[in-house]
Amino acid sequence: MEAARATVPVLPDTEQQRSRGTRQRLWLALVFPHFSLEIACRGLASDEPVAVVDGHGVHVRILACNRAARGLGISIGMPLSAAWAVAAALQTVSRNAAVEAAALRGIAAWARQWSSLVSLVEDRPPGLLLEVGGSLRLFGDLEPLAARIRAGLEELGYQARLGIAPTPLAAWLLARINDGRPVRPGEALAGRLAPVPLFFLGLAETTCKALENMGIRSFGDCQRLSRSGTARRLGPELVRYLDRALGRVPDPRLAYVVPAVFVQELDLPTEVTALDALRFAARRLLLELEGFLIARDGAIEALELGFRHNRQAATRIVIRLLVPGRNARHLLALLRQRLESTQLPAPVTGLWLRADKVLVSAPPATDLFGSAKQQQEEQQLLVERLQARLGVAAVQGLEGVPGHRPERVWRYCSPGTKSPAVKSEMMAPRPLWLLACPTPLVHKPRLESGLERIQSGWWDGEDIARDYYITRSSDGARLWVFRELRGERRWFVHGYFA
Amino acid sequence: MNVLPEALLRHPGLWQGKARHDRQAYLSTGFPALDEQLPGHGWPRGALSECLVARPGIGELRLLLPALIGLAGEGRWTVWIAPPYIPYAPALGAAGVDLSRILVVNTVDEGESLWAAEQALHSGICSAVLLWSGVRDARRLRRLQLAAEESRSWAVLCRNKGFSKHSSPAALRFELGMMAGKLAVQIIKCRGPVPGAPVMLNA
Repeated sequence: MEAARATVPVLPDTEQQRSRGTRQRLWLALVFPHFSLEIACRGLASDEPVAVVDGHGVHVRILACNRAARGLGISIGMPLSAAWAVAAALQTVSRNAAVEAAALRGIAAWARQWSSLVSLVEDRPPGLLLEVGGSLRLFGDLEPLAARIRAGLEELGYQARLGIAPTPLAAWLLARINDGRPVRPGEALAGRLAPVPLFFLGLAETTCKALENMGIRSFGDCQRLSRSGTARRLGPELVRYLDRALGRVPDPRLAYVVPAVFVQELDLPTEVTALDALRFAARRLLLELEGFLIARDGAIEALELGFRHNRQAATRIVIRLLVPGRNARHLLALLRQRLESTQLPAPVTGLWLRADKVLVSAPPATDLFGSAKQQQEEQQLLVERLQARLGVAAVQGLEGVPGHRPERVWRYCSPGTKSPAVKSEMMAPRPLWLLACPTPLVHKPRLESGLERIQSGWWDGEDIARDYYITRSSDGARLWVFRELRGERRWFVHGYFA
Repeated sequence: MNVLPEALLRHPGLWQGKARHDRQAYLSTGFPALDEQLPGHGWPRGALSECLVARPGIGELRLLLPALIGLAGEGRWTVWIAPPYIPYAPALGAAGVDLSRILVVNTVDEGESLWAAEQALHSGICSAVLLWSGVRDARRLRRLQLAAEESRSWAVLCRNKGFSKHSSPAALRFELGMMAGKLAVQIIKCRGPVPGAPVMLNA
């Protein structure tokens, strides 16, 4: 029997895997019962009354509200006008299906770090299905994995109900009834699904009505019906549904493909000016970005954080990294520096985070002894921290450049650049300090030594013709001075042999 | 003639004057005459040194240069914060300084300079932090000294000679000038007995 099954070309993958003795599928369903509200509130650091409303014209009603709003006497289903009469300070947000869809995709991309197959469930309430059978060994076991997913979602600002079962539908139903105890492959599934109420099954309305009239109230009741009789009276829908839930027929799910570019937005229900509150909101987005990058095994060199204002052009902050990275904590530290030195023209009504270029991540190479690599990375971190506050141009490295003109034989470069040692053709001494602009001398100095004629640069129009000498000032400092060979033949100080 | 038990001698809380200093905690100046005069026979690491000069360019880099060259092998940053002029790469490179480890930080005000110095010291990955500043606020100086104490870096603050009369929390303070074509280092404060006469150096 087993052998015969394995030869059938398109078998339900669960069955096929089982018959081959390979790993078994296990699905983890995430249901977001307060999705609309969480999208509205998750960028808000403070506990202000917020409600999500839905409807048109005079039929606008409260769809969901947070604890602060409930405390003021707001309840679900209340007309908006009544809600405002009760609580004038109430902030309302219209439910926006497009925003919810984008947010769900954001979580799906984030969740791809835990599973190779993430599928969207765009239902009410929405959710995700993660195939975690292949992730168990990597993340310890089911319990640690579930705990990490739950904690990660909380950091993003979402509360999820979890359900774990060998079929996606069963996992979903367990999550709907908030039954977090996992059903592992081989364990009795039918009994655990029995209490699921009929209206959670998502059957067609006519089927639902007909079943209710028959006195069927739950999944367990449905299972007790005779298979052929049900199929004859109600059509094949219910039978197929039960088969899918219990793993008798395949239930393929469409895998969510993580996009190439990270763009996520976060609307704030109130206007925010406090930096702490903005950092709180930005942190949510940065954590989402981190998950996205782990899922893609990528890293970024630059990201753009935008702040939207009312009736004003948005403020954009671009953060650049010297070493491609994805650590949200590090990015947040850089952002903190930048925010402190950025003047926001108006209160912020929303944020967006964008990372266009995702590079292949170089895994953190840890050496066996000490770690030169790690030290190098730490060195880059210091540069980034300094540059984040002082600006990129203020923090520089030095390198020598071949040539003759004193101003042109060096330049600032990106810190840490290992440039090939420039052959010092000049045997003549050079000062340790160079003046950015040579300062003119009034009198001819008393020359100590050296005549060095430097005549160069005729090809680019900035040619020089100078005689360099070393002299000593009255207080004993040794100076590098030159005299122009053309024009007024003035004397200048060009450096100090400090 | 040690009367103290060995365990007590090694106690970190016990400071024993000039005789015993952790070699690691000091950096040879490259001038034997100066090393001899300094406690620990070198520039102190994990402490602030203060170099007081009449004006920049008088010879401070020549004094610091041998130690900077000695640090090249560590492969860590040498941070130059708010230098008065451009550190001239050809001369530094010719002297043997590792240019790729130099970090030049140009700042617009005192606050930025001190912030950058603190960041560099706290990072724990800088061999040396050189700061040119006219900071006079005692609290800020104290912060700088504390940051230096918590680090393993050689921290140098270059200030104007005028500040020599002011008090300073720096562990080592000296005035630098030119005398008869030689560098004259007059130590005015150090951990241990302060030498009276200036040290004359050919540099």
